[in-house]
Amino acid sequence: MTVNIKRMINEKKANRRFLSILEKTVPAFFLLCASISVLTTIGITLTLLVETVTFFNRISIIEFLTGTEWWPFGENASYGILPLITGTLLITAIAMLVALPTGLASAIYLSEFAPGNVRKVVKPVLEVLAGIPTIVYGFFALTFVTPMLQLFIKDLPIFNALSPGIVVGIMIIPMIASLSEDAMSSVPDSMREGALALGSTRLEVALKVVVPAALSGIIASFLLGVSRAIGETMIVSVAAGSTPTLTTDVTQSIQTMTGYIVQVTLGDASYGSTTYYSIYAVGMTLFVFTLLMNLLAQYISGRFKEEY
Amino acid sequence: MNLVDKQLVQRRRKKRLFSNRIMRQIFFSASVFGIVVLAVLLYRIFREGLPYLDIDFLTSFASRFPEEAGIKAAITGSVWLMAVTAPVSVVLGVGTAIYLEEYAKENMFTRFIRMNISNLAGVPSVVFGLLGLTVFVRLMEMGRSIIAGGFTMSLLILPIIVVASQEAIRAIPNSQYEASYAMGATKWQTIRRVVLPAALPGILTGGILALSRAIGETAPLLMIGALSFIAYLPENIWSGFTVLPIQIFNWTARPQEEFHLVASTGIIILLFILLLMNSVAVLIRHKFSKRY
Amino acid sequence: MMNTVKDNKQLSLVSLKEKVQEETKAIYAVEKFNLWYGENQALYGIDMSIPMNKVTAIIGPSGCGKSTFIKALNRMVELVPSVRMNGTVKYDGENIFSPKYKVEELRTNVGMVFQHPNPFPKSIYENVVYGPRTHGIKKKKILEEIAEKSLKEAALWDEVKDRLDENAFGLSGGQQQRLCIARCLAIEPDVILMDEPTSALDPVSTGKIEELVQNLKKRYSIVIITHNMQQAARISDKTAFFLNGQVVEHADTATLFSHPEDKRTEDYITGRFG
Repeated sequence: MTVNIKRMINEKKANRRFLSILEKTVPAFFLLCASISVLTTIGITLTLLVETVTFFNRISIIEFLTGTEWWPFGENASYGILPLITGTLLITAIAMLVALPTGLASAIYLSEFAPGNVRKVVKPVLEVLAGIPTIVYGFFALTFVTPMLQLFIKDLPIFNALSPGIVVGIMIIPMIASLSEDAMSSVPDSMREGALALGSTRLEVALKVVVPAALSGIIASFLLGVSRAIGETMIVSVAAGSTPTLTTDVTQSIQTMTGYIVQVTLGDASYGSTTYYSIYAVGMTLFVFTLLMNLLAQYISGRFKEEY
Repeated sequence: MNLVDKQLVQRRRKKRLFSNRIMRQIFFSASVFGIVVLAVLLYRIFREGLPYLDIDFLTSFASRFPEEAGIKAAITGSVWLMAVTAPVSVVLGVGTAIYLEEYAKENMFTRFIRMNISNLAGVPSVVFGLLGLTVFVRLMEMGRSIIAGGFTMSLLILPIIVVASQEAIRAIPNSQYEASYAMGATKWQTIRRVVLPAALPGILTGGILALSRAIGETAPLLMIGALSFIAYLPENIWSGFTVLPIQIFNWTARPQEEFHLVASTGIIILLFILLLMNSVAVLIRHKFSKRY
Repeated sequence: MMNTVKDNKQLSLVSLKEKVQEETKAIYAVEKFNLWYGENQALYGIDMSIPMNKVTAIIGPSGCGKSTFIKALNRMVELVPSVRMNGTVKYDGENIFSPKYKVEELRTNVGMVFQHPNPFPKSIYENVVYGPRTHGIKKKKILEEIAEKSLKEAALWDEVKDRLDENAFGLSGGQQQRLCIARCLAIEPDVILMDEPTSALDPVSTGKIEELVQNLKKRYSIVIITHNMQQAARISDKTAFFLNGQVVEHADTATLFSHPEDKRTEDYITGRFG
């Protein structure tokens, strides 16, 4: 018994029409999928722009950008965003003070010193830390870090900038560590060998050869870390309080841009009120800040990419 | 003529070796810092939360009394939310990846999509919340529903899935395509029968990791108005809902100490679900690694 | 042969002693040295001494362990995590694998040039002074002197003296390799190990580096791996033939190439395998 495969394939020729239609429609479907991400960006930009314009029709943009008081409720509302910005930057600064040294040191250790078995333990732990939801970190800041700090700093209020700042830093460590380590790992071994063969110690190899060679990647990881810290929401909502204060005192209660947005959407600011529109103006400011950081990070890691 | 002073080199060497040793220890401590934090965090949460963890906790609704509070509505809400987010984000994400890797021509539009995706990955989640609130809740009149939340979450994790799927597709060797085309297969047939099956493990791993990000995400859902105190289960995708992290946030934000303990119990459940999802991802990655 | 022996006998006792001493003064003494990568043994009972201020060439087919051997001489081989070894390698009379021996000190005295040029992504000047600076020489004047001297020794000075601040990656392959030699000379080592330094280079650059090696041997002991037997014959005083992780033959270059004692050496140098 012989099966004529050729004939069977030819009999299926009727399907060919269907197939050729499929060949044309399928790419269109995928293009549609890809367009969603573009639509998302357009959506974000339009949403923020339109509602922010509405807000600026009521409050002057000068007052918004230069006012030093943020009190969006009641009769004597005032919308000066500076306290929210300083609050955000204060948290970011504390976070980076924690995350930069620790993250970079971990990256150097993992890339230049760690024996295989230590790497096998530390790397997954960092991944786990990176996967913990921010609300859990917020809980940790409020119920553990703040009480611990209160042991050392007398009169530290429950809500302060220091505790969430530190915890945001802890949250960012894995990101800086793994991105910096990626950058360092891509420095070819021949450079390490060259330096070692000249009698360098491991430390000198790391600091004088590997880190300078991987610098663009490391700086990019710092900038992405800053962007994450600026955009972090739950930790500051839970532990930083909600009193917008123009201050650099880390023991005071402050409010960040993200914290304010959440506070308003949680409360019952009525749709259409100035307070309601203010979250878009704040959101716009936040979006511009993080976008600048991200673009700068992309520019640096693309522009200064080392060719080995 | 010797320019290098051998004695100086000799003297300096002791100092250099010493600082090498010290800095090695410091770098090591920095790496271990993460482990210490994780240990402290887990220890605290389990010590506080375990006593409340029982069947009643899983099967009760939220309550004003800490000892009666349960997490039933939040778990159900999270499951509903995933039921919307998973299919939407995976279809969109994989579709985008296939378009970029298989169909896109190298032109301005493609480059724009690529840049756009990496920028979306860096947009803070509250901004996605603002988008969801404005577009889904108000403009499309979905209300404070599961579907509005699911769509918002889908857009939030879209970049993660796209990048993971792109990597999975890129890892397929050219020979696989050639083999398929050489037998007369069309492009779509090749994608469906060769590319997608080969990329599936990578796509699944990336998808699960992205969903585990979504399941722990709080801020955007708070903003689109997920409720924090409900005593009923969602009936369909248009129902109001709450999710695990919001329930935890609600308990954390209360001043009473007892609710903090309940929050710990909720965190145990959340972490357990995340652990489960990540284990599945690791298993898939492990099982299918190194196939070519 | 007989004549030479007679001549030697006629030499005075003192000068004979001197000659023997000069002939045998070894910078490295390798004894019963075995090395494994995991379960695979790469070197088997190596016994070899490397003479001071001479060029020793190491030849042999790929995978014969010659690269492993040269990397054992400055302990670079330890960068492979699974490596194990026993036996002794004495440098200047001390066992370099003894626990109290400082590997950084060894590598300061023993420089290395690699198969592929590996300059750092820094300027030409910074590349050369990396070593001295690392070892604590800070004075700008001395560093500049060192840079000039090393680049001259490496026969690169004339080509780069006007662009010392340019990135080293802008140099050609052959220039990069000579820069790496200059970098190595800048810390004034006693020994230079060269792992096929010309295999990635064009014939002109190869010629320059061979010439350089001839000049360097007045002050440095050089161990050079080469695939190229003509090169070994041209530039070396001693040649060792490695095969399957063993030293088959180690003799004066002229002797080894003209009258190999071992059949396998003969087969290799006459091109029957490898």
